[in-house]
Amino acid sequence: MTDATHGPDAVTGVTPDTGLRIAEQRAGGEMVAADGTPLKRSLNRALRREKLRALALVAPLFLFIVVTFIAPIADMLFRSVENQIVSETLPRTVVALEDWDGDDMPEEPVFAALAQDLAIAVELKNHTRLGSRLNYETTAASSLFRRTGRGADDIGEDAADRFVALDPAWEEPATWVGLMASPDWIEAQAEWAAGADDDAGPEPRFELRDGVADALPRAADMYAAFARVIRTEDGDSPTEEEPWPIVCRALHGDLIANPDAAAGFDGANAQLLAAAAEAAPAFEVTGFRDTFLDIDEDWGDTTIWETIKAFSSPYTAGYFLSAVDLQLTADGVARQPEDRQIYGLLFGRTLFMSLTIMGCCVLLGYPIAFLLANLPMRSANLLLILVLLPFWTSLLVRTSAWKVLLQQQGVINDLLVWSGIISDGGRLALINNQTGTIIAMTHILLPFMILPLYSVMKTIPPSYVRAAKSLGATNFTAFRRVYFPQSVPGIGAGCILVFILSIGYYITPELVGGTTGTFISNRIAYHISQSLNWGLAAALGTILLAVVLVLYWLYDRIVGIDNVSLG
Amino acid sequence: MLDGTGAFVEFDRVQKSYDGETLVVKDLNLSIGKGEFLTMLGPSGSGKTTCLMMLAGFETATHGEIRLQGRGINGIPPHKRGIGMVFQNYALFPHMTVAENLAFPLEVRKVGKAEQESKISRALGMVQMGAFGGRRPAQLSGGQQQRIALARALVFEPELVLMDEPLGALDKQLRETLQFEITRLAHELGITVVYVTHDQTEALTMSDRVAVFDDGRIQQLATPDELYERPENSFVAQFIGENNTLRGKVSAIDGGTCVVALDGGGEIDAVPVNVAKVGDPTLVSIRPERVEIDPQLGPGAHTLDAEVLEFIYMGDVFRTRLRVAGRDDFVVKTRNRAGQTRLAPGDKVRIGWLPADCRALNV
Ligand SMILES: Nc1ncnc2c1ncn2[C@@H]1O[C@H](COP(=O)(O)OP(=O)(O)O)[C@@H](O)[C@H]1O
Ligand SMILES: [Mg+2]
Repeated sequence: MTDATHGPDAVTGVTPDTGLRIAEQRAGGEMVAADGTPLKRSLNRALRREKLRALALVAPLFLFIVVTFIAPIADMLFRSVENQIVSETLPRTVVALEDWDGDDMPEEPVFAALAQDLAIAVELKNHTRLGSRLNYETTAASSLFRRTGRGADDIGEDAADRFVALDPAWEEPATWVGLMASPDWIEAQAEWAAGADDDAGPEPRFELRDGVADALPRAADMYAAFARVIRTEDGDSPTEEEPWPIVCRALHGDLIANPDAAAGFDGANAQLLAAAAEAAPAFEVTGFRDTFLDIDEDWGDTTIWETIKAFSSPYTAGYFLSAVDLQLTADGVARQPEDRQIYGLLFGRTLFMSLTIMGCCVLLGYPIAFLLANLPMRSANLLLILVLLPFWTSLLVRTSAWKVLLQQQGVINDLLVWSGIISDGGRLALINNQTGTIIAMTHILLPFMILPLYSVMKTIPPSYVRAAKSLGATNFTAFRRVYFPQSVPGIGAGCILVFILSIGYYITPELVGGTTGTFISNRIAYHISQSLNWGLAAALGTILLAVVLVLYWLYDRIVGIDNVSLG
Repeated sequence: MLDGTGAFVEFDRVQKSYDGETLVVKDLNLSIGKGEFLTMLGPSGSGKTTCLMMLAGFETATHGEIRLQGRGINGIPPHKRGIGMVFQNYALFPHMTVAENLAFPLEVRKVGKAEQESKISRALGMVQMGAFGGRRPAQLSGGQQQRIALARALVFEPELVLMDEPLGALDKQLRETLQFEITRLAHELGITVVYVTHDQTEALTMSDRVAVFDDGRIQQLATPDELYERPENSFVAQFIGENNTLRGKVSAIDGGTCVVALDGGGEIDAVPVNVAKVGDPTLVSIRPERVEIDPQLGPGAHTLDAEVLEFIYMGDVFRTRLRVAGRDDFVVKTRNRAGQTRLAPGDKVRIGWLPADCRALNV
């Protein structure tokens, strides 16, 4: 016999076992291959080709997954914080609102900015989309924007009339071009117009004259927007179109603010402007604020302004806050009103019901899997087919079958009444509530518990339990101490499968869950297909994903993911 | 080994059928003495494991009684029988360390912690695995696992230990080492061992007695030397060791000797074992090493003509294949002595043997 500590059985050559011993003996010293290179390095070199080959085999599937799975998820994650629509549609308003304190109705300049933004948005037909977006935060925002959009055309009409009355030249597109456009652009445009019939491409991009943006900031801004919009939207040229009334209204504001504006011009333009500047203070024009209040008095309420201000940044936590029953107000984060707090409840219910379904599946599935694993081959196969049968039936059919069975006038209630267990008046509510969802989903997900359990149990040799009994363990102890621990990987795998499947389940709760038995996924589907609030749907989905990942991590910490086996 | 107080383990007319149609064990009678090392030897499918499982309590006897220390145990569940068991695949619990595996039988017996520890370290010491208590079974080699399985079967100090082909999965060298270890332990501890194997060398080297199984019956129950030298029927003769058989009929019988007229011509002397009268058909059996070439035997002794077909040099022995009485598979082994003649194919020789070495068995 050899020495006792290092293996009594003299095995020559390196077995995994002697390898382990050698490694122990050399603890600290690095192992070296036959040619003197460190063993690690030569092993890595040998494995590299293998790895490359494996990579090439995986690549097609990987690409497929990137395109069909990872990219959509990334897009969803992005949608849950993306909020560019407010700052893109109302850029001037957002800037003007920066100084607003939120206590009273905003001042005239804010309304002026809103009027300008809306004039452009209406032409681009963006204002309804913005209305829908803000409607997620404040109800009535949608109708407010639609109504205002209809009236926005006329804002500044009175100013335009005054200008024309003062001098009909204000009606001429050429007057405005002369005033606003840079000489270079005028030249380029003329050249383009001369050769336009032989398809010289689009009209040159409009350019403002030097200095006009300083002298008449608002009018220049609006005129440039006008030129840009009619060019891209209608294919028209500012040389042929009278500007929008809002341009005249802006010019009026500029002339009041800067009566000497004409100084920056020369020739006819200077005269025209000087005359207008002189007459401007006498024009009777309605203020922007009054105009808006006239269109819809909701503009006088601070709510809509608070909402615009709160959601003015291009990225927002608003969707996530809504998803956890909070809201973004001008004063910061606050709880949703009592009657709108539904998501916390839904998340809690989804978790609770998924865990319940998982538990039911373990309780029902373990004995079946045990039986399957211990029956002779032939009967086991038959039983397995019965277990798999539900897989071969459409999910919809199975769920509908449960509807037939569980409803108040359904088979189960009829049976219970017939057998006298319940009275006819006391029929049980088994469907369109949590009970219904739990029963139907346990049935549907049961195979996902049984199959991994079965394949794990089949690999447990019967000699383990026999050994335990021969060592003195009772049936129960042998099961608890020897059989059960070895089936835990199967339970783990089954639980993960069932839990993750059920936490995102949609069809069955939708059909049998009623109002109290629906999951968060049903709400997500509602936001995707009905309320069209994709941002909120994305935030809810993201939270669901995070919850699953956290639970998975916890599970790994507690049970250990190595302990999960699918067979 | 049997002591006067009666058998330690007793099979009394035990039968077993799994399917209700065929008997896997047929009328088994066997008594095993305390402290005895008994081996059940037989070809695969002969019912050895079934017997062991009935003794351990995992199968119930269809008929008959099994007694342990005089007490019938048919109705006692396995965990109350207190029998240690070693399985062919070791059956070490993979989720427990070696020490936990050994603690298992002690824990279920509610042995105190301190006592557990001393027993475990003693058991590990017995199989020379003292340093491996913290390992998992998967971190051990096959031989080491088998040692642990042995230690686990012994740690709760059973008086009876069953082993079902425990060395079947090991290589030859390791097997021989462990054969020696197991017998040494069995004798040191004075335990009774029922050992199952299909390897006759293992059975012969380890056992006090060997029960040769075939077709659900014990063909012969005897000590190894008796089994080898005095097989009681032709199955045992052929199953144990190398053996020459010649077919014939009894032509004369007289108490301790008989004369057999061989079917292929010639007559030989033999010991009648299970032939009774003149004219009985018989298979005579002679061990290859008991055959003499050109024998110097006493007067009246029968010899046979033979022709050398093949001569193989094997180092310590020469192995010569001969054509004898019409059969050409007759083997003779001669020791490689100084001056021993080496035959060549085609040589004609005469062969003979002491009548006592030649046994006339049933057909
Ligand atoms: N659980 C069982 N069910 C049915 N037949 C069995 C079972 N176990 C063994 N047998 C049959 O009993 C016979 C003897 O088997 P066994 O005792 O295992 O033989 P051995 O151990 O000598 O190889 C074989 O023919 C085998 O097919
Ligand atoms: Mg066997």
